[in-house]
Amino acid sequence: MLDPNTIAKEAIEEAEKAESSRALYEVKMKYLGRGGTVTSLLKNMREVPPEERPAFGKAVNFLRDTLEAHFASLEEKLKEKETLQKLAEERIDVTLPGKKRDMGAIHPVTRVKNELVDLFMGLGFEVFDGPEIESEYYNFTALNTPADHPARDMQDTFYITNEFLLRTQTSAGQIRVMESKKPPIKIVSPGRTFRSDDDATHSPMFHQMEGLVVDKGITLCDLYGTLEEFARTMFSPSVKTRLRPSYFPFTEPSVEVDISCFACGGKGCSLCKGTGWIEVLGAGMVNRRVLENCGIDPDEYTGFAFGIGLERIAMLKYGVNNIKLFTENDVRFLKQFRD
Amino acid sequence: MILPLSWLREFVDVDVSAEELEKKLFSCGFEVEKRTCLGENVTGVVVGRVETCKKHPDADRLFVCQVDLGTYGKKQICTAATNVFEGAKVPCALDGATVLKEGGIQKIKTGKLRGELSEGMFCSGEELGIGDDFYEGAEVNGILILDEDTPVGEDVKKFVGLDDVLFDIAVTANRPDCQSILGLAREVSAVLKKPLKMPETRYTPQKTAEKITVEVQEPGLCPRYMGHFVTDVKIIKSPRMLRRRLALCGLRSVNSIVDVTNYVLLEIGQPMHAFDKNFLRGGGIVVRRAEEGEQITTLDKKTFSLKRDNLLICDKEGPIGIAGVMGGLNSEIKDSTREVFFESASFARESVRRTSRSLGQRSDSSARYEKGVNATSPELGLDRALHLVEQYGFGTVTTLRRDVLAKQISPKKLTCSAKMINSLLGIKVPEGEIKEILTRLGFTVREQGKEFEAEVPLWRDDVEDWPDLAEEIIRMYGYEHLKPTLLESAKVTHGGRTEWQKQEMRLKSALVREGFFEACNYSFFSPKSFDLLKIPEDAPERKAIQILNPIGEDLSVMRTFLGATMLSNVVRNVRRGNAEGKLFEIAKVYVPKELPITELPEEKFVLCMALWGKEGFFDLKGAAEDVFGAFGVKFSFERGERSYLHPGVTAYIKLGERKVGYLGELHPSIAAELSLEEKVYLLEIDLETVKKKFAKDISFHPLPRFESVKRDIAFVVKEEVTCADAENCIKRACRAVGSAELFDVYRDKRLGEGKKSMAFTLTFLPAENADKPLSPEQVDTFFEKIVSALKKEFGAELRE
Repeated sequence: MLDPNTIAKEAIEEAEKAESSRALYEVKMKYLGRGGTVTSLLKNMREVPPEERPAFGKAVNFLRDTLEAHFASLEEKLKEKETLQKLAEERIDVTLPGKKRDMGAIHPVTRVKNELVDLFMGLGFEVFDGPEIESEYYNFTALNTPADHPARDMQDTFYITNEFLLRTQTSAGQIRVMESKKPPIKIVSPGRTFRSDDDATHSPMFHQMEGLVVDKGITLCDLYGTLEEFARTMFSPSVKTRLRPSYFPFTEPSVEVDISCFACGGKGCSLCKGTGWIEVLGAGMVNRRVLENCGIDPDEYTGFAFGIGLERIAMLKYGVNNIKLFTENDVRFLKQFRD
Repeated sequence: MILPLSWLREFVDVDVSAEELEKKLFSCGFEVEKRTCLGENVTGVVVGRVETCKKHPDADRLFVCQVDLGTYGKKQICTAATNVFEGAKVPCALDGATVLKEGGIQKIKTGKLRGELSEGMFCSGEELGIGDDFYEGAEVNGILILDEDTPVGEDVKKFVGLDDVLFDIAVTANRPDCQSILGLAREVSAVLKKPLKMPETRYTPQKTAEKITVEVQEPGLCPRYMGHFVTDVKIIKSPRMLRRRLALCGLRSVNSIVDVTNYVLLEIGQPMHAFDKNFLRGGGIVVRRAEEGEQITTLDKKTFSLKRDNLLICDKEGPIGIAGVMGGLNSEIKDSTREVFFESASFARESVRRTSRSLGQRSDSSARYEKGVNATSPELGLDRALHLVEQYGFGTVTTLRRDVLAKQISPKKLTCSAKMINSLLGIKVPEGEIKEILTRLGFTVREQGKEFEAEVPLWRDDVEDWPDLAEEIIRMYGYEHLKPTLLESAKVTHGGRTEWQKQEMRLKSALVREGFFEACNYSFFSPKSFDLLKIPEDAPERKAIQILNPIGEDLSVMRTFLGATMLSNVVRNVRRGNAEGKLFEIAKVYVPKELPITELPEEKFVLCMALWGKEGFFDLKGAAEDVFGAFGVKFSFERGERSYLHPGVTAYIKLGERKVGYLGELHPSIAAELSLEEKVYLLEIDLETVKKKFAKDISFHPLPRFESVKRDIAFVVKEEVTCADAENCIKRACRAVGSAELFDVYRDKRLGEGKKSMAFTLTFLPAENADKPLSPEQVDTFFEKIVSALKKEFGAELRE
């Protein structure tokens, strides 16, 4: 018969040699498992004289508890060690490249369009979409530019027939809006426009966004304020806006709108050609004749209109130096407009 | 429009710098596109007097001169010129000076010529950049010899006409009156608040017995025709002042009479013509429409066949000029001309424009008439011309004048008030200021109670209504007085995008999430694409709208589909080394009802997608399914065909029974033609139809109470059974199948010739109102149903 103390000593020695929780488990099974050394001590109780049995039982139970507690604490230590080991094995090079999920991008002109639409929607403007192939009535005549008017020479028009053409300006949409809606009118109308021009700053197809407001008591100062809001949002809050006289047949007074150069702050640089100012758009108070053409009483209502060239804004905003890039659709170009 | 400062000064006392004047012009609506200081590259050239001129001791061709340069002292200059003499006044470029040389700038330095010191250089007219127009003798071969009384030691520029500034001014289309020196002088006088000195127009007419008649048959096209007869004409070279001014404005001097007409054109803005009176057959002028096919040869020896639309100046026998465009060769001013009939007329600008365009014949005159010649200028121009003729002795002005005026011209009168003007501007310009500005601009202002009447000057055809007055006020008062306001009196409105505009934005962001880049192409393309892509002759794509005046053939037809332009994007990208890419474009195609169009065509939004490089057919298909799935649209696909796509790798995209698009691989033979090694996949979807099926909004489905059950099935079928066939069969066989997803196709000899194995994952859903989960027995029953349906329909055998 083995002495519990000897067993305890052996068991503890063996357990402390175990280097893994698996090995420890085996030691544990050897002593405490079914048929293990300690368990068999209890099974052999019959061989112990009856008077010694209580003391023996006590001693064995004590032995079992001691071993269990000891094994548990050893197991905890081993598990801890093993966890650390596992973590160390799982160590990775965090500087390896990330897996790319390649997103595409919206075209820069669409970006500019969306930004502008959002800005004007905030001011209560609706978005209108007009036809790209227009009649010469909507593109010219109704806009106070009758046939043979010299202003028609300002724009080189693509004609389809004598009567139909590719719209040269989104202003054509003005008339359609005013024919279908009564004041108050606040709309913007972005879209494709076409002129027979082809060089580094002119493309035969480009995008414009027309803006039109018609209501009671609209003034040139309102036009100024609205466009200042536009310039500050699109370029920088510190940008200044300047109006100067110009001519469009469908507005009177007509203005050209310049913004202070955001690249040099107005000191003069290559972007603003040394003038400190950049021409961004044309605008004006809606000509009384145009209102009359649309059945709106010019003595009751006034309004303003403006036309923004979207490519021009995109070129300025993103520093794109050639308008052709917008229609070449080179993915290396388009990738630069991801967000 | 070129404005020389010296010419402007004849009419306005300009007391500000050229730079300041440029700013003032800009602020009142005249942008100076370029300001050129004449002789700006000629510096440090002073007047010198040659004291002695001796042969160079060591060089036969050189002379050594001692020169008196006034305040610059006395210097020694060597020259090779042979026209320098003792006592001559000459331009001397001293050490550090710059002069012109062969289109560039030459810097002068003190140096030695064959051992003799030379402290500068004598200049020729060419080196100063001037010709005889600027200084008599400037074109001689040699040094420019200045007038004897030119003071030594002074900068030479002011004596040779180089102290001048040219302003190249952009004049807007509404201001034809400012297409002249006088017109711009009027603006300058108003902006500088200086009086305008009108050009001298006096002359003393001599009696004549001559008779010339003028008959205007088309007063609508020729509202005024004035003419004046001049005798004893001398066809000579014009004086230097005239020639210099014409040259500054880019016109060539011809002879005394022609120069006078051109001078008046520039100064007054009135096109004039001079006829040799001896070639006026029948002693009279008739202004009439051309007969159909009537011919004329113009001054530049071109012959034109005319139409009824063209207005002619004729004598009693035939045409002698195309009205407003160009005179006829037959009545041209020649050296022998002794009697001249000057024409100074006003022609309808539309008529001149049409004639000039239809004949392809343009001239300085037609350019002015097209812009519009104002009512006052025929008389002013004619009188100015006669004054010049008399002043320079080019001829004797007679009393014979003809003036055919269709209708007395009376000035427009506009009723207006300070309140009206200020209500449009949004600021308060004082009433006194308003009236003062209008008066300065030549308006006559009369009080009318609370309002006033502004009589519009006759040269201001552009002023039509009172808002034009508001513009006059603000451009003179200054735009800097405007205070920005944000629609203070306007009603609050509800803005926003339309449903489709919102959908379009969402569609684009979904495509971007799928990795596609938005492309933007011209709306027109090359008709050659139809042949390249083998589009059948009778296909609707060929029924495209053509542009009458395209930039070139490559940009001449409006798009009827987007695939062709998209393909050219791919080709460009691949050629530039972009080995892979994904693009999309949402744009309109133009569908005419008939050709040529008689009404607006239908403009339909189309989506086009393309990819090349790593990904393929199923990536493109999956992307489209994903994107449209988000809008609640589920497409079906069936084998399709399209002339430019691979016959085996093309599908129609269907919505219900309707074909709404296609996708497929670019036909290998077209890819080869385009030298494309990569496979290219294209897709096109008619959004106009598809968008109608877009879900209005998201609608929630209650989450199932019980889990679904998944089970795999694999079976052997004939090769021609498609995935869609099998899927449809499975779904029809059992309504509890929520989805049947193909995960494997396997081919092996052991399966038999022309056979394949397909494996699907089936997901069975409990009924919505079920009160317990699906039992294994239920699923077994479903499975059996599916197996027997597949067997019945395709002879499929279950693989264990």
